[in-house]
Amino acid sequence: MNTLEVKNLCTHFFTRAGVVKAVDGVSFSIGRGKVLGLVGESGSGKSVTGFSILGLVDPPGRVVSGEILYKGKNLVGLPEEELRRLRGNRIAMIFQDPMMTLNPVLRVDTQMIETVLAHEKVSREEARQRSRDALGMVGIPSPDERLKSYPHQFSGGMRQRVAIAIALLHRPDLIVADEPTTALDVTIQGQILAEVQKLAQNLGTSLVWITHDLSVVAGLADEIAVMYAGRVVEQGEVNAVLDAPYHPYTHGLIGSVPSRNKRGEPLRQIPGMTPSLLSLAPGCAFKTRCNRADAACDVMPNLDELSPGRFARCVHPHVGAEA
Amino acid sequence: MALYLIRRLMQSGFVLIAMSLLVFLGVYAVGDPVEILISPDADQEERERAVRALGLDLPLWHQYLVFLGRALQGDLGRSFVFNEPAIQLILQRMPATLELAFGAMFISVLIGLPLGLYAGLRPDGRLSKTIMAGSILGFSLPSFWVGLMLIMLFAVQLGWLPSTGRGETAMLFGIRWSFLTGDGLAHILLPAINLSLFKISLVIRLTRAGVRETMLMDYVKFARAKGLTPFRVTFVHVFKNIMIPVVTVLGLELGGTIAFSVVTESVFAWPGMGKLIIDSINVLDRPVIVAYLMMIVLMFIVINLLVDLVYTLLDPRVRLEGKA
Ligand SMILES: Nc1ncnc2c1ncn2[C@@H]1O[C@H](COP(=O)(O)OP(=O)(O)O)[C@@H](O)[C@H]1O
Ligand code: SF4
Ligand SMILES: [Mg+2]
Repeated sequence: MNTLEVKNLCTHFFTRAGVVKAVDGVSFSIGRGKVLGLVGESGSGKSVTGFSILGLVDPPGRVVSGEILYKGKNLVGLPEEELRRLRGNRIAMIFQDPMMTLNPVLRVDTQMIETVLAHEKVSREEARQRSRDALGMVGIPSPDERLKSYPHQFSGGMRQRVAIAIALLHRPDLIVADEPTTALDVTIQGQILAEVQKLAQNLGTSLVWITHDLSVVAGLADEIAVMYAGRVVEQGEVNAVLDAPYHPYTHGLIGSVPSRNKRGEPLRQIPGMTPSLLSLAPGCAFKTRCNRADAACDVMPNLDELSPGRFARCVHPHVGAEA
Repeated sequence: MALYLIRRLMQSGFVLIAMSLLVFLGVYAVGDPVEILISPDADQEERERAVRALGLDLPLWHQYLVFLGRALQGDLGRSFVFNEPAIQLILQRMPATLELAFGAMFISVLIGLPLGLYAGLRPDGRLSKTIMAGSILGFSLPSFWVGLMLIMLFAVQLGWLPSTGRGETAMLFGIRWSFLTGDGLAHILLPAINLSLFKISLVIRLTRAGVRETMLMDYVKFARAKGLTPFRVTFVHVFKNIMIPVVTVLGLELGGTIAFSVVTESVFAWPGMGKLIIDSINVLDRPVIVAYLMMIVLMFIVINLLVDLVYTLLDPRVRLEGKA
C-alpha cells in the first residue's frame, strides 16, 4: 500500500476579493521510502498542498474536495484530535525558514520533549534522551548542552537541523519538507540534503520534497510533480522528466535543449509572470507565457498519460516529432 | 549585566537631580504659601518670623541647595500644615495607594487577559466584537464619572459595597493593609474596579493584538505540525510570547496608576497619597508637594528599572545581548 495518495485535492481560499483556487485537482502518490519532488515557481500552490496533507490549512482556506489517503485512510474530514495524533507522529513537516520555525522564547529541550510527550506516554527523562539522540542523529555536536540552548543561539543551518530532528522524533512514515534548504547557503544546503536523504532511507520514511530548485530534486527524488497555478502540469519518473520534459513549462524550467549537462542548473527564469489565481482565464493557465500557445489552448487540457508513467497537461507537448 | 545595572543607576541619579530642579522651580512658581498659612490680621513682625521659620526669605537658588542637601539625607522638608516631615506623611499614605494600585492591576490582568485571549483566538465571533466594543468604553469613559456611577449603583442603590474609606485594616510588616480583612476588601473593591477600568481595556487590546500576531507566526504552525494539543499551543507557545509586551506595558502602567490614582482616591475618599497631594495643593503645602513629586519620580525610575529586568527574564534573546 502506498504511504500517501492524494486524489483530486482542491484547497481554496475564500477571500474578500474572491475564491483563490490555490490547489485545484492535484493528485499524486508516494510509496514507502520514496521521495516525491514537488516543483514549481513561488505561488504555484506547493506549500498549500503540504499544509493540506497535515490538515493545517487555516481559514479563509479549506480543503473543498478530494482525498488524502494515508495508508489507505482518508485524512480529509477526519476529526481534529485524530489528525493531531498523526501530526508530528506519523506525518511530520519541516518548514522553509528555520529562523522562524522554532519558538524564540522556549528552550530547544522544551520544544523537543513536548513533541515526544504529545504522542507517547514516556517519562520526561526518556523524552529528553530521545531528543538528545535525535539531535545527535542530525549531526549537532554536543547535543546534551545544545538541548539547553534557545533557538537564537543556533545558526540557520543548525536550527534547520533541530527542526529536522524534531520531525524525526517519532520516526514518521512521511515527512513533508517545504523548501527546507531554500533559506540556507549552498554548502549547508548540500549537507542537509545528504543528511535527510540518508536518514529517510535508513528509517524507510517517505518524503514530499517541496522546492523551486530543480537541481535539488534531480539528485534526491524518485518521482517529480511540476505544479503551475494550483495544478500539476507534468508528472513522472524524475530522470525521464528532466531528460525530456513534455510540458512547455517544465521545458522552460530546465532550458530549451534537454540534455543531461543541463541538469543541476538552478531554475531558469521564464519570461512573464505567474497569473493571478483570482482572475484565471479559462484554458491552460500557462498560455500567457507559452510559445506554443494557440486557440486549442483555450480549453483546459487534461493531465494525460503521454507515455507509460509520464503525464503532462498540454495540447502541444514536446513529445515525439513535436519535440 | 552588572555593568549595565551600574550604568542604569547612574542615569537614574541624573534624572532624579534634573527632576528635583524642575519640580522645585515649578512648585515655587505656584502662589505664595504665606498668604494662605498666615492669618491676614497677623502683624508685619509675626509675618517675617513665620517666613524666616519656613526658610522662605532666602534666595531661590539657596532654597534649592538647602532642599537638595536635606533631600540627600532623606529629609524632604516639613509640612507647613501638619508640621511633620513631608516624607513621613507620604510614606504613611503610601500603603493605601499601593494596595489600591496593585488591586487595580490584579483585576485588570484577571479580567483583561482571558477576554483578550478569547477575542484574539476568535476575532470574528460575536462575543469578541462585544468585548472589543466594551474596551473602547473602558478607554473613553471619564474615571470620575464611572466612579460616581459605581457608587450610585453598588453603594447607594444596591447597598452591597461601602463607598468611602479603607474599612478595617490589619497589620503586616508593621503596616496597615485593607486587603487582609473582609471589611477592608469590601472597601477596596469599588475604587480598585474604578481604577482598573482603563487598564482592563489596555490589557484586552494588548493581549488580543499579541495573540492575533503570534498565531500567524511560523513557530505556532510548526507547534501544531508537531501534533501538540491546541491547549498547549495556546497556553505555552502563544502565551509565553504575548506575556512579553503585556508585562512590559503593565509594568510601565503601574507608575502611572500610582501617580494618577488621585481622581479615584478623591471620589472614594481613599486616604492615599493622591488625596494627600490634592489637599496639599489646595493649601499650597510646598514641601509635601515637592516630596510627593520626588517620590513619584523615584518610583517611576525604580519601576522602569524593574520592568527592564523582568523583560530580560521573559525574552531570552534580550538576555544574551545584555550579557555581551
Ligand atoms: N491565507 C491565504 N489567503 C489567501 N490566499 C492564499 C493564502 N495562502 C495561500 N494563498 C494563495 O495560495 C497560492 C499558493 O500559495 P503557496 O502554496 O504558498 O505557494 P508556493 O508554491 O510558493 O508554496 C498563493 O498564490 C496565494 O495566492
Ligand atoms: S496547453 Fe497550450 S498554452 Fe498550455 S502549455 Fe500546452 S501549448 Fe502551452
Ligand atoms: Mg511555499
